[in-house]
Amino acid sequence: MEIREQINGDTITVSIIGEIDGTNVSECEAALDAAMGKAANMVIDMGELDYISSAGLRIFLMLRKKTIANGIRMVIKNVTEDVQDIFSVTGFVKLLPIE
Amino acid sequence: MTEHIAEPVIEHLEFSIEAKSENLRQVFDLVTAKLEAIGCEKKTIRQCKLCTEEIFLNISSHAYNPTTGNVDITLDILGDPESNNTRAVLTFADTGKPFNPLEKEDPDVDAPLEERQVGGLGIYLVKEVMDGVSYSYRDGHNILVMEKKIEGV
Repeated sequence: MEIREQINGDTITVSIIGEIDGTNVSECEAALDAAMGKAANMVIDMGELDYISSAGLRIFLMLRKKTIANGIRMVIKNVTEDVQDIFSVTGFVKLLPIE
Repeated sequence: MTEHIAEPVIEHLEFSIEAKSENLRQVFDLVTAKLEAIGCEKKTIRQCKLCTEEIFLNISSHAYNPTTGNVDITLDILGDPESNNTRAVLTFADTGKPFNPLEKEDPDVDAPLEERQVGGLGIYLVKEVMDGVSYSYRDGHNILVMEKKIEGV
């Protein structure tokens, strides 16, 4: 897994590349938490994310709650088919701001 | 665990590994390498990887806690190549305390954000993603078997 950040004005775009699994989920959560404090808008680009397990779902549920609590606008973009399947079956499509 | 299976075994992988989360990478490597070797499509490999992760971590956090122990993992690729009924059968056996993860109540996937619980999602995903999942307790072993049809092999 690789995480790239790009800040443009008041928006930070975080691209997550590869797979979020039980071996790297703590690293991913720490990177998202750190990115959250850097701008008023947070775009998460999942265009190159191929895999997510329940451990990964947990961090996005927490992130959604944290962004709401901190008044940060969060958007998830470019979800791949395999990850979309997981979001759909778990009802996360209704919990996360997916565009 | 294959003695009752009458159909041809195309590939067989069997290993025993300590049930701790630090070993997850090694488990992934062994299981996915075998699926890749038979030409399984990426989506199915990811689905098998997902269910392997959920079950392995479930065992490592529940079965032996606070002690440790091993999990015996078997991957059988079954079926007659001409019948277009090839399946991956993954078996996880541990000698931890009896625990049937399939009895856990499914999470409410329609619950709003404020009420949403994070627990139970892993086992729920396994039930949804696999074509079949079963649990038995036999000879001091928790045995979880899951099965996924493989297209185009």
